[in-house]
Amino acid sequence: MNKRLAVCGSVIILGIVGALAGWVLTHLGQLTLLQARGPIALQERNLMGVALGLMLLVIVPVYVLIFTIALRYRAGNTRARGRYRPNWDSDRRLEALWWGVPLTVITILATVTWVSTHQLDPVRPIVSSHEPLTVQVVALRYKWLFIYPDYNLAALNWLEIPAGRPISLQITADAPMNSFWLPQLGGQIYAMPGMSTQLNLQADHAGDYRGTSANLSGAGFADMHFTARAVSDAEFTNWIGQVRAAGGGLDSAAYTALASHAASAKTQTYAVAAGGLYHDIVAQYRQPTVNY
Amino acid sequence: MNVVHLLTGATDNPIWGRLTLQASQHDFITMGAVITMVAGLLAIVAGLTIFKKWGWLWHEWLTSLDPKRIGVMYIAVAVVMLLRGLADVGMMRAQQAVAAGHPGIVDAEHFQQIFTAHGTIMIFFVAMGLMFGIINLVLPLQLGARDVAFPFLNSVSFWLYFAGMVLVNASLVIGEIGATGWLAYPPLSELAYSPGVGVDYWIWSIQIAGIGSLLSGINFMTTIIKLRRAGMTLMKMPMFAWSVLNSMVLVIFAFPILTATLTLLTLDRTMGMHFFTAGGGGNAMMYVNLIWAWGHPEVYILVLPAFGIFSEVVPTFSGKRLFGYKSMVFALAAITFLSYVVWLHHFFTMGAGADVNAFFGIMTMVIAVPTGVKVFNWLFTMFRGRVRFTTPMLWFMGFVTTFVIGGMSGVLMSVPSVDFQLHNSLFLVAHFHNMIIGGVVFGFFAGLTYWFPKIFGFRLHEGLGRLAFWFWLIGFITAFTPLYILGMMGATRRLDHYDASLGWQWLFIVAGVGAALVVVGVGFQLLQLGWSIWKRKDLRDTTGDPWDGRTLEWSTPSPAPEYGFATLPAVTTRDPFWEAKQGNKQAIAPAPAVTNITVPHNTGLGVVIGAATGTFGFAVIWHIWWLLPVSLLATIVTIVARANDDDTERVIPAKELTV
Repeated sequence: MNKRLAVCGSVIILGIVGALAGWVLTHLGQLTLLQARGPIALQERNLMGVALGLMLLVIVPVYVLIFTIALRYRAGNTRARGRYRPNWDSDRRLEALWWGVPLTVITILATVTWVSTHQLDPVRPIVSSHEPLTVQVVALRYKWLFIYPDYNLAALNWLEIPAGRPISLQITADAPMNSFWLPQLGGQIYAMPGMSTQLNLQADHAGDYRGTSANLSGAGFADMHFTARAVSDAEFTNWIGQVRAAGGGLDSAAYTALASHAASAKTQTYAVAAGGLYHDIVAQYRQPTVNY
Repeated sequence: MNVVHLLTGATDNPIWGRLTLQASQHDFITMGAVITMVAGLLAIVAGLTIFKKWGWLWHEWLTSLDPKRIGVMYIAVAVVMLLRGLADVGMMRAQQAVAAGHPGIVDAEHFQQIFTAHGTIMIFFVAMGLMFGIINLVLPLQLGARDVAFPFLNSVSFWLYFAGMVLVNASLVIGEIGATGWLAYPPLSELAYSPGVGVDYWIWSIQIAGIGSLLSGINFMTTIIKLRRAGMTLMKMPMFAWSVLNSMVLVIFAFPILTATLTLLTLDRTMGMHFFTAGGGGNAMMYVNLIWAWGHPEVYILVLPAFGIFSEVVPTFSGKRLFGYKSMVFALAAITFLSYVVWLHHFFTMGAGADVNAFFGIMTMVIAVPTGVKVFNWLFTMFRGRVRFTTPMLWFMGFVTTFVIGGMSGVLMSVPSVDFQLHNSLFLVAHFHNMIIGGVVFGFFAGLTYWFPKIFGFRLHEGLGRLAFWFWLIGFITAFTPLYILGMMGATRRLDHYDASLGWQWLFIVAGVGAALVVVGVGFQLLQLGWSIWKRKDLRDTTGDPWDGRTLEWSTPSPAPEYGFATLPAVTTRDPFWEAKQGNKQAIAPAPAVTNITVPHNTGLGVVIGAATGTFGFAVIWHIWWLLPVSLLATIVTIVARANDDDTERVIPAKELTV
């Protein structure tokens, strides 16, 4: 009965894992993290592959060993009776092996980590022949405001960027902490009130990419997603023109109304006055006192 | 007449604070949960009254200072809390299974409260409760000691844990729990964004339980240092005791950080200070650092004793010495040390520089080395053994096969640039459940099955235990594999709804099916317990050594008497009981003559301290200011009274002992 249970259980587990793995392999297109569309996301994805490969060097032997040993040295196996060594409790060479092999693997991974962490530091500008486009990102309750300081305009829940050109993001929050995450173009970074974090990304191909907040920030957190649309330079210039033409200013009063209204919002664009809206948003939390 | 709070400007009633009748008005679903809980409580009260068991409960259990009884109480509370935590799981899985382009069953705020309660309860009141329970049951016996170093303190620890548990459950009935996640990051958890009582309930339930944990840490560490049997040098100590020693070192260094952090958050919330607020000079990043400087060691506090349990279970059921004892000790110490220098890996995404991120990432992956060594040593303990696949061994097999997957996903995320993509996704959620269920929970289940006969005198039914194991394992894999996939699809954690077009729904449904299978597994465990009590005569352990054990606890009769050992044995080897059975007459030194034994009196003062401290927490939560000095004074007076009580022990005469 026990043997039957074990066989039955193992077959069910293999079936479930196999079915899910099969689905994954036939639907790789749906695994957003593997569908990198920019140099940063691509390097992060490849790094994941390297780390996974290195780990398998240890994990596979463990799996092979545990099932082999369990089968061979089960009490019911009469053929292993003669090999019973109840007092055998150490072997320097063997132990050196399993201190040594994982240590070697981790040393390799540590080297990869040191190099990659510096290469992919989010503050590091992307080397390119194109000038980077600066976009200032403000996480609000429960929407994302993207300010284009070079063009004096802003967009809500919409990040229009030129493909092939580095994007330099400055990120803050006028809300509880959020995390800015645009998985197909590059990793995430926290958006915090009173702080300005940085993220450098680039889209290599035109397309729409889903961005989201990855950190719980209140009741409307699940609706905090946005679209990043990468377009050609010409289309981007065109978009700038359209937004300017549409008008709809975001002055200080309009911004305060937007920020204090704790609700998700539809996509919208604004013209903003030249000057430091983003800077003011960050700086307000650095005042000595704040009235709630 | 109302009292205006000087700092917050809130208007509080002088007697009731901000507690009003509205506090226990809930929506339909919460009301259902409240009714279930209250009905359960009433059923217990009625049962105790009808069967006239109040006296028995008070004298035999609640006031007991016997570590085995305190251990059983810890485990009983933890099991009830496991059911509560699972009810939260049911709600979360149901919500996410239906909420594709649809608001689902509960609203966002309510959903967030559910996952806050789930995390808080599962870590503080299930995992910690099971851990301290098992340590209480086993540690003194394994060391050949009659009790822990400070028996009364042990009772106080339990009642503080109990008070915290009452508060976290009271939040369901009166008021609410925070909608801020199990670690309540500010500024979300600050007054500006969470003005209600929810975060205060969260703070005070874990603050009080946390102080209990710290006291337990001191108690068990002293027990190990001072109360080991003659001849049991540190390097002859059972590996479980080693793991507890390391875990308690972590408790002693980590829990004060939690206490301080929660105190600062309390000062922010009740006194209008600005430690972690957005603005006013506050810095939330400080909180994130502090809470993880406790939170990361906490993970190892839980998992090290589980490692210790496997280090007892595997040699026993393989009929073989533990392989690589010295390596195992060194690995434990390495993990203990390293667990203090990795906390930043919980927030690589906060914008620290590349040097800092790389350092913490590398320290994190280094932990995989000693952990891997332990796994190989367990495997080679089985190698050339005669392995009996009883339920504890099945849990071990389940542990290795799932834990290494969790380890692998963990090492992936320890690379900062990879973590930028996986952080806060469901991949992360799957990872830490792999560690905490596959590692901690499976370990504790193995330990409970293994030591059950020592405490109760009969074994748990084997067949039902196996069924429970398979349902748990299959359910666990079915519940969490989809979360790994969802994480790779870009699904973040804590979503109360999502767009149907993302194609996530069927994976959430699969995860829900998995959770249901786990619930069936828990059902079989409860059935196993009930059936085993019913059939206890057939399952009786007459020898005191049902598994062919190796360490001292198996040399006592089952159930182990209150005083543990009639005569205190002296040992000369690591597996003294097993060697004695093999004919090594030196393994356990000949027992000295039986003498009278002193054991502590029962006392209800632990209950009083727990009740007074819980009341203090309740008073702060609800701003019932007059109750603060009253409950604080009650606590202090009780402690002083106990300190001045010289008559705390009684004598068991030698002729009454079972030799």
